[in-house]
Amino acid sequence: MTEPAISIHHLRVVRGGNEVLHNLDLDIEPGVITGLLGPSGCGKTTMMRAIVGVQKVASGQVTVLGQPAGSSSLRAKVGYVTQAPSVYEDLSIEANLHYFARLYGVPTGRATAALEAVGLSEHSTKLVRQLSGGQRARASLASALLASPEVLILDEPTVGLDPVLRAELWATFHQLAGDGATLLVSSHVMDEAERCDRLVLMREGAILAHCPPRQLLADTGASTVEDAFLSLVRKPGVAV
Amino acid sequence: MNPLLTFATARRVLAQLRNDPRTVALLLVTPVVLVALMKWVYLDQDRVFQRIGVPLVGIFPMTSMFLVTSITMLRERTTGTLERLLTTPLAKLDLLGGYALAFGAVAVLQGALTSAVAFGLLGLDVEGPLLAVVVLAVVNALLGTSMGLLVSAFANSEFQAVQFMPVFLMPQILLCGLIAPRAAMAPALEALSNVLPMTYAYDALSRVAGGEGFSGNVASDTLVLAVASLLALALGAATLRRRTE
Ligand SMILES: Nc1ncnc2c1ncn2[C@@H]1O[C@H](COP(=O)(O)OP(=O)(O)O)[C@@H](O)[C@H]1O
Ligand SMILES: [Mg+2]
Repeated sequence: MTEPAISIHHLRVVRGGNEVLHNLDLDIEPGVITGLLGPSGCGKTTMMRAIVGVQKVASGQVTVLGQPAGSSSLRAKVGYVTQAPSVYEDLSIEANLHYFARLYGVPTGRATAALEAVGLSEHSTKLVRQLSGGQRARASLASALLASPEVLILDEPTVGLDPVLRAELWATFHQLAGDGATLLVSSHVMDEAERCDRLVLMREGAILAHCPPRQLLADTGASTVEDAFLSLVRKPGVAV
Repeated sequence: MNPLLTFATARRVLAQLRNDPRTVALLLVTPVVLVALMKWVYLDQDRVFQRIGVPLVGIFPMTSMFLVTSITMLRERTTGTLERLLTTPLAKLDLLGGYALAFGAVAVLQGALTSAVAFGLLGLDVEGPLLAVVVLAVVNALLGTSMGLLVSAFANSEFQAVQFMPVFLMPQILLCGLIAPRAAMAPALEALSNVLPMTYAYDALSRVAGGEGFSGNVASDTLVLAVASLLALALGAATLRRRTE
């Protein structure tokens, strides 16, 4: 494997007095889409927060593009879309995008393409307050897409979206990866697994498996990723 | 720090305000209505109106900016936009500077409008330079903004944030000299008033009302206000933690 885009070494995180990530080790390959799958509460968001450098960690190292996670030199290169949409409710979609474009130092004209990618072009002048939950999530996603970051951390970006739009978003993600970006996409449902190049299966703060989807099925003899997950919980040990 | 990002942030905060015309109207109209009301209350006691009118015009922006800023910043903290901002190239000082710039601009508008009505229409007199009143109003507004940014860190809800206004500002209004002369207060209260920033705001404004210009005591009062603003801003910056649990 080439130099990993994200490298996690002996990471332990304590939240609310409980250890929620137990001594994790993980290398994320550059230029591909890695799916981070696991049930709600297993620690996906916590791991992503550690990668973007907003999570207090108890011990261990997280390195992104060769720099310690959260370094100021990384902030223009790493995009993060939080699980709950984080855009300004009292601004229009367009005004939100323009603000984030200015923060990332990219032309505000890129908003148009980003809005198209998330299917919000017709709503661009609407206030975020007037949007549905799914539309807000897409506005939040577009605010990160327009910066074309080298590393894109997406926390459950497609939950609750129309299947047609979901397929289009995945096409966009693949295009970004094709252009060399590294994507880490989390989900608590397993049905998007086959769209990823690599899978990381997580449970209760530990990693069960890290491999391409096809290899996961072959190694576990399961026909779906969900069944593979079950068999790994019963009998751990697929190569990371 | 990057001035482009500071300006972008100020612009964003102003755009948020612009999409909330009712808040803008309240910000601009409330002080005007209050001064007019005071004129009416003291219709037969012009001396009292003259004594408290100028300080009121200059101090009001502190209270309104304190409120708007603490709520806006609280929303930034609770809706996740703050966490997101801290992952972008925006520095903490750019964020705070953007807020100060935006609300400073609103304060200029508010101060100018209130002054125009109070001095132009209601017969309020200022013997010192009128410009000094507007400058002090803006300095006070910036102090209100930085205190609002600071207290937003200690509130978990908008209810709590609103309650900080009586907690933080009412004692200052009582002790600054506006209600009763400080020299007549119990020594402990007078000592306390010496460390409250609004005392210096009131002192400067009443001196300007009495004919002093931007020198001597008025200048040193203004300096105290500016330092208090910077201190609150620095403490506010310290509460903006990039890494949280
Ligand atoms: N702000 C918090 N304070 C304390 N504990 C938290 C907090 N957020 C999440 N946790 C705990 O951390 C664990 C992992 O949560 P999270 O990373 O959000 O999981 P996921 O994203 O996989 O659903 C859970 O047990 C959750 O209860
Ligand atoms: Mg989560």
